[in-house]
Amino acid sequence: MATFKEFRNNVKPNWCPGCGDFSVQAAIQRAAANVGLEPEGLAVVSGIGCSGRISGYIKSYGFHGIHGRSLPIAQGVKMANRELTVIASGGDGDGFAIGMGHTIHAIRRNIDITYIVMDNQIYGLTKGQTSPRSAAGFKTKSTPDGSIEQAISPMELALSAGATFVAQSFSTDLKDLTAIIEAGIQHKGFSFINVFSPCVTYNKINTYDWFKENLTKLATIEGYDSTNREMAMQTVMEHDGLVTGIIYQNKDRQSYQELIPGYAEESLTKAELQLSQESFDKLASEFM
Amino acid sequence: MINQLSWKVGGQQGEGIESTGEIFSIALNRLGYYLYGYRHFSSRIKGGHTNNKIRVSTAQTRSISDDLDILVAFDQETIDVNYKELHGGGIIIADAKFNPVRPEDAKAAMYAVPFTEIAADLGTSLMKNMVAVGASSAVLELDINVFSEVVGEIFGRKGEQIVQKNMDAIKAGYEYMIEKLGDKVGAMKLEKADGKKRLFMIGNDAIALGALAGGCRFMAAYPITPASEIMEYLIKKLPALGGTVIQTEDEIAAATMAIGANYGGIRALTASAGPGLSLKMEAIGLSGITETPLVIVDTQRGGPSTGLPTKQEQSDLMAMIYGTHGEIPKIVMAPSTVEEAFYDTAEAFNLAEEYQCPVIVLSDLQLSLGKQTVEPLDYSKVEIRRGKLVTGELPALENGEYFKRYEVTEDGISPRVLPGTANGIFHVTGVEHDETGKPSESAGNRKAQMDKRMRKIEQISFKNPVYKNAPHEEADLLIIGFISTRGVIEEAMARLEADGIKVNHTHIRLIHPFPADEIHPFVDAAKNVVVIENNATGQLANIIKMNVGNVKKIKSILKYDGNPFLPHEIHSQCKELVENGYIQRVPQ
Repeated sequence: MATFKEFRNNVKPNWCPGCGDFSVQAAIQRAAANVGLEPEGLAVVSGIGCSGRISGYIKSYGFHGIHGRSLPIAQGVKMANRELTVIASGGDGDGFAIGMGHTIHAIRRNIDITYIVMDNQIYGLTKGQTSPRSAAGFKTKSTPDGSIEQAISPMELALSAGATFVAQSFSTDLKDLTAIIEAGIQHKGFSFINVFSPCVTYNKINTYDWFKENLTKLATIEGYDSTNREMAMQTVMEHDGLVTGIIYQNKDRQSYQELIPGYAEESLTKAELQLSQESFDKLASEFM
Repeated sequence: MINQLSWKVGGQQGEGIESTGEIFSIALNRLGYYLYGYRHFSSRIKGGHTNNKIRVSTAQTRSISDDLDILVAFDQETIDVNYKELHGGGIIIADAKFNPVRPEDAKAAMYAVPFTEIAADLGTSLMKNMVAVGASSAVLELDINVFSEVVGEIFGRKGEQIVQKNMDAIKAGYEYMIEKLGDKVGAMKLEKADGKKRLFMIGNDAIALGALAGGCRFMAAYPITPASEIMEYLIKKLPALGGTVIQTEDEIAAATMAIGANYGGIRALTASAGPGLSLKMEAIGLSGITETPLVIVDTQRGGPSTGLPTKQEQSDLMAMIYGTHGEIPKIVMAPSTVEEAFYDTAEAFNLAEEYQCPVIVLSDLQLSLGKQTVEPLDYSKVEIRRGKLVTGELPALENGEYFKRYEVTEDGISPRVLPGTANGIFHVTGVEHDETGKPSESAGNRKAQMDKRMRKIEQISFKNPVYKNAPHEEADLLIIGFISTRGVIEEAMARLEADGIKVNHTHIRLIHPFPADEIHPFVDAAKNVVVIENNATGQLANIIKMNVGNVKKIKSILKYDGNPFLPHEIHSQCKELVENGYIQRVPQ
């Protein structure tokens, strides 16, 4: 069985020192090893942005796609080969701006993949513009007088879109984050994990210290029940989205793939490409 | 006795015009006639004039006719819109219910037949289209028993009684019309057909069947006219093969999901029309630079933007050849018949895997939706070739190195491993990358990788990239076309030949990389060259000029009013060109 070190390659990330994404990378590597994966059994698909580079920093099959499109690519990979563990990942711009349409639909479609968003509330790679996660009033290069738009609440959106696994974490909580990613991988369906991953270069508001002060661990809320969607929604709203832990999980709903009529039980890559002459003739005869 | 005629049924959309045409034509196809259909419809569900024109012939026909023999009208609008198409010997059969008025300048005779009333007397006015089928059969002097099989198939699940009632409606329409026609019975009696069983399908059926035959097991698509039939067919058939279709949230997701699935190791398809292709352009670029196979069907319709959603056009050509920013290797095929649509779609999956690049199958609305008789498809001609796909065990990789998925090779094509393979780990990125897929911006690497990618399709092997019907060594005229214009060009060519003009015809099936060597000799051997296309700027003509020169010799006949060419339009303009050296008449 592979150790987390076997999920390391020899590429040095081009993230800034102190970037939250380093911990996300480490957590994915640890979670993959902890759930018993081999590097070749994992495909990491990522979008564009600082965080999008992550597929190149984990030793596994990696696909660094197009801005905002990591989810459709990842779903396609899983449809082709359901034996692979597929993780999609990217930043908040990737998932909640240009890729928001895909995020909502991937959530409601519920294909068995894990989606990890590295949420730094800013556009880092393009050097500091506002993101859909930037708070109202947040000053950036593109909002010099402060953002006049409302920030998106990914947890509320996910819950209302029919998510079966919704979790949030903070990049410095390596242990918690690793455990959440493990749970996400093991969840049978679409798992959505938002990770607060501070940008040390362009976001001087939502810093490590800011998160430490403002985040509440769900584990500390007495009686919190992650199978209760209503409670999940209410708790997220009460805390303005600043909670960490598994917010909601529905283990009863079957994944998309379990619901597809006739879908191959093993990887579709093993299916015979040639039709028999008999089955072709039958198909053709329907047009006579 | 006649050997071909054109029949048209029209009325308000949602009134059963489709099913009238369907029953009539399926029965005729089973008698061994060759049919070729053209649907005129609007981008709405209910209301609006719609009609279905069907040519019936004892010989293969791939064109709509200049004129019309029989018009079946369910409303006055149908008569007003279409009567000018009818020749002197033609007839209008109209539902008496709307008190049809024969236009004063109509050449054709009109018969008012109480479709609705006869149907209502037999149980329900819904069967008025069956009465119309019966009345039409009387004109052709068909034995109405030919309909019993089709009616049984369509209404069988509703019970024997419904089947019988519909047959009664056909019979009643037939008998009424025979009496009305009086001594004119037999004026349009069709020669007996050969009785051979042939397929009756639209191009989209053939594309979808070709995809199945070519090993496609997954499709991601977004509904759009005129491409949706492809996904609708595949969702019915793929489950039996372990696969499925996902209707995605948008066209971008459709294309990128198909890329993910191809990368994952299966043959996956996406299909759309122009508006969808505009959105898929970023994915096409991704497929190109990541060398991930991708088959995309573009069923062209009137553009730009939403354009003419239900009308014929061939104006996506340049976008399909050059579309996506930057430069990638790409293959663009353009089947010209339903048969070719089948074989070419199956082959597209081979080319996509062999050359590891996007392959676009370019259709157009008339090919995709025109229902027609098709010669039997030979499945033994379909082969599965997967190119440099690595299937055996791989040697261990050294020191955390990656597999050289983008190895620079002589032919530019690198070995391809599927995710899940031990010792095959590599990275994929839309960023310029080195041989293992890791991002690299070095100038040397950039040039090596770009050259490698572009080199791939220089050597593409494609059987019969150009269809040729070239009986003359030296021709007065070379006609060049692509996609659905093949039939209408053939028909015009026969008329030009009858006029004593020596005509060669080539139809381009491989658009990109352009088969310049194949076209060149024909251009050189012709006094005049004309390119026929459904667009306003002569895109194909420009591509030909770019590739074979002869800029002054190559002329265009263009039509972009939303309708397919008619034989006489091509005939008269070509004649003018040969006689005068130029075409004076403005088309349309």
